Amino acid sequence: MTDTIDRAADLSPLDRRTGTGLRPKKRYGTHLFLVAMSVLWLIPLLWTVYTSLRPFADTNAHGYFSFTGKLSLHNYQTAWRQGGFATAFSNSLIIVVPTVLVTLFLASLMAFAVSRYSWKFNVTLLIVFTAGNMLPPQVLATPVFEMYRLFHLPNSVSDSGSLLNTYWGVIAVVVAFQLGFCTFVLSNYMRALPGDLTEAALMDGAGVWTTYWRIVLPLCRPALAALATLEVIWVYNEYFWPLLLLQSPDRLPVTTAINNLSGEFLDNYNLIAAGATITIIPTLLVYIALQRQFVAGLTLGGSKG
Amino acid sequence: MTVVPAEPATRDESRAQPANGKRRRLQRLTRRDKLVLTAMVAIPTLIELVLIWVPTLLSIGLSFTKWNGLALSDIRSNGLHNYSYVVHDYPQFWPAIRHNILWLVFLGVIGTPLGLLIAVLLDQRIRFSRIYQTIFFVPVMLSLALVGIIWELMYSPSSGLIDNVMGTAGTSRAIDWLGDSNINIWSALIAATWKHVGYIMILYLAGLRGIDPTLKEAAAIDGATEKQTFFRVIFPAMRPINIVVLVITVIESLRAFDIVWVFNRGRNGLELISALIVQNLVGEGQVIGVGSALAVILLVVSLIPIVIYLSRVFGKDK
Amino acid sequence: MSDLDRFSPPTAPSRRTMVKGLAAGVLGAGALPALLAACTGGSSGSSSSSKTATMGSSASDPVPKKAIAAMVSAFEAKSKDTITVNTKAHNDFQEQINSYLQGSPDDAFTWFAGYRMRYYAKKGLVAPLDDIWDQLGTSNFGPGIVKASTGDDGKKYFVPNYNYPWAIFYRKSVWQAKGYQVPTTFDALKTLCTQMKKDGLIPIAFGDKDGWPAMGTFDYLNMRINGYQFHVDLMAHKESWTSPKVSAVFDNWKSILPFHDPAALGLTWQESAQKVGAKKAGMYLLGSFVTQQYTDKATLDDIDFFPFPTMTEANGQDALEAPIDGFMLSKKGGDNKAARALLAYLGSPEGQNAYAKIDTSNVATNLKGDFSSLSTLQKKAQQTIANAKQISQFLDRDALPAFANDVMIPALQGFFKNGSFNQSGVESQAKSLYASQ
Repeated sequence: MTDTIDRAADLSPLDRRTGTGLRPKKRYGTHLFLVAMSVLWLIPLLWTVYTSLRPFADTNAHGYFSFTGKLSLHNYQTAWRQGGFATAFSNSLIIVVPTVLVTLFLASLMAFAVSRYSWKFNVTLLIVFTAGNMLPPQVLATPVFEMYRLFHLPNSVSDSGSLLNTYWGVIAVVVAFQLGFCTFVLSNYMRALPGDLTEAALMDGAGVWTTYWRIVLPLCRPALAALATLEVIWVYNEYFWPLLLLQSPDRLPVTTAINNLSGEFLDNYNLIAAGATITIIPTLLVYIALQRQFVAGLTLGGSKG
Repeated sequence: MTVVPAEPATRDESRAQPANGKRRRLQRLTRRDKLVLTAMVAIPTLIELVLIWVPTLLSIGLSFTKWNGLALSDIRSNGLHNYSYVVHDYPQFWPAIRHNILWLVFLGVIGTPLGLLIAVLLDQRIRFSRIYQTIFFVPVMLSLALVGIIWELMYSPSSGLIDNVMGTAGTSRAIDWLGDSNINIWSALIAATWKHVGYIMILYLAGLRGIDPTLKEAAAIDGATEKQTFFRVIFPAMRPINIVVLVITVIESLRAFDIVWVFNRGRNGLELISALIVQNLVGEGQVIGVGSALAVILLVVSLIPIVIYLSRVFGKDK
Repeated sequence: MSDLDRFSPPTAPSRRTMVKGLAAGVLGAGALPALLAACTGGSSGSSSSSKTATMGSSASDPVPKKAIAAMVSAFEAKSKDTITVNTKAHNDFQEQINSYLQGSPDDAFTWFAGYRMRYYAKKGLVAPLDDIWDQLGTSNFGPGIVKASTGDDGKKYFVPNYNYPWAIFYRKSVWQAKGYQVPTTFDALKTLCTQMKKDGLIPIAFGDKDGWPAMGTFDYLNMRINGYQFHVDLMAHKESWTSPKVSAVFDNWKSILPFHDPAALGLTWQESAQKVGAKKAGMYLLGSFVTQQYTDKATLDDIDFFPFPTMTEANGQDALEAPIDGFMLSKKGGDNKAARALLAYLGSPEGQNAYAKIDTSNVATNLKGDFSSLSTLQKKAQQTIANAKQISQFLDRDALPAFANDVMIPALQGFFKNGSFNQSGVESQAKSLYASQ
């Protein structure tokens, strides 16, 4: 396989930027396929949004599979008011922002140390991190719960007297879980940066920290942006840990709290759909804001070398 | 040694070099720099060990005990009994294993290749690429509850879209997509694929962007068709990404939990190992020993792809 | 190389920036969450002298939620204490009770009588309430209810709010129109089912997506065929699940299985209740909370119930399934005066009246309560409970929770699917689970 690549590479006399080798074609077949797939993918989403926009009385009278043209945002207002979204969203914010920042910060430290310097155990550690990310979270549930319960904190810090029922506890374990993936991606990315960079910095007398903070980290911006997008999505959608570790319902983040909706609104699916649709807005905004960097920054396998 | 060599040609030399480079490099670090480096490594490592690996070891320990999950003093040794209980007496165990395997095969044969195909098509600098990309990626961003509700609105036998379109809604011929234990695993797989494809697409898009464009051009000059270029040049060149995707597919299949949990808590045809673990570990009917034994079984099964993967990725560095 | 250009030559910024950076990092990692946790600490503040208390509630459905709120605000108005009610989805609350009680429970919380109550009392996770019972007076409650509020150690741990009978519910108008008679024997029930099927109705509405509703059918069949005592012993696993008596239960159940709603495993109890409301199904064995689903007054007035029919002469219709819901104090809440006062109020006639006024699907347990405004249906429910010779709680309240949840739910769902119940399998699971407690 490598032979093919090498041979192909040797045969390339062209400037890689010109791209004259590929003549742009009208790709009707491709578009046809993609449009068909997109429609398939969108149907469930649009159907939910459609349901959420319809008055309950309307679907009650005509059934969900009906098209009466009566649409309003009323369900959204009701869901927002009754679903306790204001609290849940602020809880999510309190959990997601520190988790993502701390994860990226710690992962970049670790990735920098293992990818730019060589010492005895760095590969071993990278394995420990990456494998840790892949463990099923349920495996850790009981021990983490017990460790938290036995970790005494003054009542002024935590009303449970332990790490249970604190945002801190949720943040810590989610950070630990996400560290592996971020370290892996960032170390691949940093490895692909030219070695002269750090070499030159060293010549200039820069210390390790300066090299990291002033040189390597700024260059990792695309990777950090991509990871931030993914991490915001993942941490925001984290269901298991808040459910296990937070006992007070008024502390639950959106993803976990929304479980209450179906109990509150019974079989008013319009309202439930509206409530659930509200939950996607934050991740959608983050994705749209960072979309440009998203794919470019996700150099996972370092196939560039 | 600081950088993995870019040219394959220099790989051999670089393998010989690091020893020197390393020594030189470490000698040149000041004591303060060494301290900084130590802190950089120690803090994340400590977190990782305390919150991931210590609990994992404790879980393995708990799988040999019987315990109701309340007072630590109630923990009693139970030998291998939990494992024999799981394998012999627990009627949900083998269906769960079968469903996990089915999950893996379904995502591996349909979900992942579909994600790859879409990524390859979108990589051709076609128009509206970003719009397509967003459409396929939206399901990846959805919360658990939203996925549950979306598919409930699709699958409900009385008011769901599918039965209504087929004209069977509300009749005795209506297909109960989530309640019929012969069908519901497929319904869950469709919902899972819907989420999985976007994720794989993004990974492959990232991988494809990382490929040297000269490869394609060269192949084109060689007179290769697009298909040939893809299978003979691009796909092999994406080997690292292929391994990542393969592992992610395996891991996601083993860890699958959310969708069956929102549908019916992983019962009645939707048994999955992870759901059984949660039922045993977190529910009112806690049986920590059995739950931990299931967790250890899942752990061991997960470790196989993890180890294969990591030895591939890091093996060449050693 | 632009990034290198920006890097200013080696003045000595490194140490300071490094220290600053590290400090920022450490602060970011450590101090921020600490601050956050500090913010969260304020919300509870329960101490022995306080005038405030919190109550965790599993009453997430609209009617009981409102009723609990009415009860609590009546107490607040009277005592000038402040009570915060934290409501969680019903099933979630139940499933998380272990971590809830060990983690950071509210002072008071809603819970159930039966094994499920005694279990947590034995583990020391809840506070004894004998002094509250001195105020309430045991003579003001039925003897079965007092017993159900008592732990294994003889102390009281539970303040009852209401109970509700499990029975077979139906719409009077449908039955009148078709000329159906209330069946008093199992054979009459079967004949009726056959007739209903002919008339195009689903004879027995059944919604078992959540797994527990089927337990009610099992309990009744077992108590009618094998008697109350056998049922209690089976729940405590003093009798074996391989017993031919258990086989008899499932043989009889099998004979009426074709009359159950075939879609049961995909339906919640609420959805099944709607089928009775919409006159699509003939009858429904469920707790009287089913009437909460009929928000329309005309439908509600049209609902009636009858007790599960006789199967053997000896057992008649003696036993009744009438679970009791009520309140407990967590260990921490046991020291909270406001929480203790709250529970004393919730068990009092006044408190129970406040609840019963809004949630009319249940029957208050304090005999001194105001029963003048009861509906016909409520009066009937109250009488049914008063006349019952023996009262069971419910399978998932009488048996080991792990067994009820992890073994019986899938086993009963499997029975509904395949028509066979793996008795030896359930027995070997029961053996392991009961032994490990």
